[in-house]
Amino acid sequence: MRCAPGSNVSERRARLGHIGTVLAAISSCFLAIQAAGSFPTYANAKEELLRVAGEIGRPGGRIVIALRSEPKTLNPLIAADATSREVIGAMQADLVHINRATQLTEPALAKAWKMSADGLQYTLTLRQGLKFSDGRPVDIEDVLFTLRVYLDEGVHATQRDLLIVGGKPIAVRKVDAQTVAFTLAKPYGVGERLFDGLMILPRHLLETAYKEGKLSSAGGLGTAANQWAGLGPFRLKEYVAGQRLILERNPYYWKADEQGNRLPYLDEIVFLFVPSADAQVLRFQSGETDIISRLGAENFSVLSRQARDYRMADAGPGLEYNFLFFNLNELGEKAPADMARKQSWFRSEKFRQAVSLAIDREAIVRLVYQGRGAALWGPVTPGNPRWADASIAHPTRSLDKSRQLLAEAGFRMAKGESAEPQLLDAAGRPVEFSIVTSASNADRAKMAALIQDDLKQLGMRVQVVPLELRSLIDRITQTKEYDACVLGIVSFDADPNSDLNVWLSSGGMHLWNLSQKHPATDWEAEIDRLMEQQLTATNAEQRKKSYDRVQEILGEHQPMVFLASPDILVGAKKSIGNFRPAVLEPYVLWNVDQLYQRNGAENARR
Amino acid sequence: MSTRSRLLLCVAGLGALHLGVACAGFFAPYDPTAQDREHPYAPPMPLHFVDARGGFHLLPFFYAQELQAGTFDQYLENRSRAIPVEFFVSGAPYHVLGVFPLRIHLLGGGDVQMYLLGSDGYGRDLLSRILFGGQVSLLAGLIGAGLTLSIGLCIGTVAGFWGGWKDEVLMRVAELFLALPWIYLLFAMRAFLPLTVPPLKAFLLVVIVIAAVGWARPARMVRGIVLSAKERDFVRSARGFGASDAYLLRRHIVPETASVVLTQAAILVPQFVLAEMTLSFLGLGVPEPVASWGNMLSSLQHYNVLVSYWWMYLPALAMVPFFLGYLLLESLLQGSYATSKIE
Repeated sequence: MRCAPGSNVSERRARLGHIGTVLAAISSCFLAIQAAGSFPTYANAKEELLRVAGEIGRPGGRIVIALRSEPKTLNPLIAADATSREVIGAMQADLVHINRATQLTEPALAKAWKMSADGLQYTLTLRQGLKFSDGRPVDIEDVLFTLRVYLDEGVHATQRDLLIVGGKPIAVRKVDAQTVAFTLAKPYGVGERLFDGLMILPRHLLETAYKEGKLSSAGGLGTAANQWAGLGPFRLKEYVAGQRLILERNPYYWKADEQGNRLPYLDEIVFLFVPSADAQVLRFQSGETDIISRLGAENFSVLSRQARDYRMADAGPGLEYNFLFFNLNELGEKAPADMARKQSWFRSEKFRQAVSLAIDREAIVRLVYQGRGAALWGPVTPGNPRWADASIAHPTRSLDKSRQLLAEAGFRMAKGESAEPQLLDAAGRPVEFSIVTSASNADRAKMAALIQDDLKQLGMRVQVVPLELRSLIDRITQTKEYDACVLGIVSFDADPNSDLNVWLSSGGMHLWNLSQKHPATDWEAEIDRLMEQQLTATNAEQRKKSYDRVQEILGEHQPMVFLASPDILVGAKKSIGNFRPAVLEPYVLWNVDQLYQRNGAENARR
Repeated sequence: MSTRSRLLLCVAGLGALHLGVACAGFFAPYDPTAQDREHPYAPPMPLHFVDARGGFHLLPFFYAQELQAGTFDQYLENRSRAIPVEFFVSGAPYHVLGVFPLRIHLLGGGDVQMYLLGSDGYGRDLLSRILFGGQVSLLAGLIGAGLTLSIGLCIGTVAGFWGGWKDEVLMRVAELFLALPWIYLLFAMRAFLPLTVPPLKAFLLVVIVIAAVGWARPARMVRGIVLSAKERDFVRSARGFGASDAYLLRRHIVPETASVVLTQAAILVPQFVLAEMTLSFLGLGVPEPVASWGNMLSSLQHYNVLVSYWWMYLPALAMVPFFLGYLLLESLLQGSYATSKIE
């Protein structure tokens, strides 16, 4: 899980820890590798290419894409930022992969898998004849090595916590030269989705670094092209600091189209580093880049109006949910009296419900997203129909009901010094607070301004304070000096477990009251219990039922006032074939192995 | 026309412009923070006298704009109904000069929202925002210039009149201030202010800081004038007759600096208005929803606004008459002092 573009909380998240399972008490982790290592021979290994459906493309050509920042690393172990992951996604591959379009799992490096009846063991069979992008064959030892380093505490792999189930790391065992068995301490509801994003690493290149304890510094952008390899469709070719990163076709890639042509079609991908969204739009408009993603609604409409040799696509609501939350942290006795007074309002459920009822979500969708988004009453967006709770209440905006709730909670209206109404709390003090938001995210600043105006009608005096992102994160997670905040989170997967550390009261992203030792309220305790329940249930229906209840509890108690979710807006030149944007990250490059240039001549010219 | 009458005309013109902004509440049809969420980015509605059927109207009228279905910012003029502009209508309450509460507005569109200069992304009337925004921006200019000049005058006079080590110390400090990167200073200052400082207070504090940093240049100019003035014959003879320092300063020396101070004022006011605009553009000035020319222009940082809604540039145009007025004033002042010297 990571925060939306413009508010990359993801790196911080990695440090915050306490992700993964409830029971992820960080204990010493010994990976039970019971396999006796021996090098199998590959001489006659037959290649088992994975055939994928789609338009049959023509080989050759390149595409140019702008990235908002330079990737920080090429090393999948420690990559936390979206741009690094986007680039790594084109260079590495996992055992089982979540298809970004269907949101279902499908075979990748593992051609098949089997779950034991008790849900505790997964047996994965590796595809035959796999080779890294430098031509070295893949063997089961690479898989074992990968798991070992992912689980090594010293490496600080970002995904480590997800591989700890029931408080114990997943145990891996070699069955035979092509088969590996994973044993879990407890049944894990996520199932084989667990293996998505677990990039199989080249042992021959990384083992020395690992033994020297330098693995987390390996894979910097300066790495020589022959010192880095993966199983993804592309491999490193050239990096020019501050300008571009060029990847070239991996000739050993393990996928083929329906006619048996080995993928990928493209010879090269060029990532340009273009820091501002507007500059990206200009480059795309001028034809310098072929694909644009993570577009704001406003730039999308500018591009749509002038579309000539490109087409724009609205892939529907993504998995980003934006919300308002109040500071409900236990601040102890050192908290200033002013803050204690404000928290007494924020802790009142009726106050939060009143705020939620007063917010004009429809206006947010229209004015912030130009209608290209969806109003939200829960964390699961319409982009994730499988997990959204259809029965969740969508109360229409009602200022009267809000005022009634506030009156019930002991608030009353007073005539202020000016003609504007002023809400007073039970002790007769005016209700005034500030909403912090990221200065770099115009969408959220706009949402906050709309909320400010909505709450003014209830007599609340709200100030919107745009803060530089780092100081915003610092205030929320460290000093806890804020009243309320508008923030957004992008789930990296449709599965509820991707946001586990947001909902668990002990979670490092349980934003309104971080990392609690014991749940502060009964309903938070119930969410903890339900989340654990869905985590260990192997029955999909059971999981859905538990998660539906979580959504209902969130709707009832409003610890987060959910606002809206933007559509995934992308564009590509008409000459790009197989362009099928998805609502899961990476929105456009998930099928980069199938993208192709229809027009060869145009490419040659460039 | 004599320099004097031109000067008077210029001051009168500037005064009228300032009065217009000071009485923004009366001239603005709406509350500058009121959002009309049905009309984001509505283009300016032109005033007509002749309707679609060729009929002539004595009073101006306008056509309502209706959002085209399925679009976000495409409007169609509804020409079937001419809506007359109403004069002296009762509307949103406001305070004249921050004191007298009133509800009377010069113009109004009745039950239909009238956007003579268009609306912004929240459907707020741009005309009202420009008028109210002018209050903030011009106040920043006037307060800033006033403060800078008073500090500069005091320090410059002390340094020039008493000389010696006082002069040395003050002038070295002035050089230090000239070298300060004030924009970073402001960034740092904003970071130290608590979150809950009311926006206008925080803003005034910022203006005071720029003024406090900007005194060095006028102080050096004043010092120069004082240095030469105190050696002039009439000052020496006054001293010879036993005039005290205080008398000399009050009667002879400070009046000599008037030319510099007034021309500096005419230069500094627009400079400080610009400083406010820069700060608000960078997000350091007045925050939403309070209007200022700077934060209105900051929406132009977005490419889509830049290419789609030309009326969002209007706040930049609004400052043109003010700047021209001040610059004209400055050159007239300079001219008038030059001629008076010759006389």
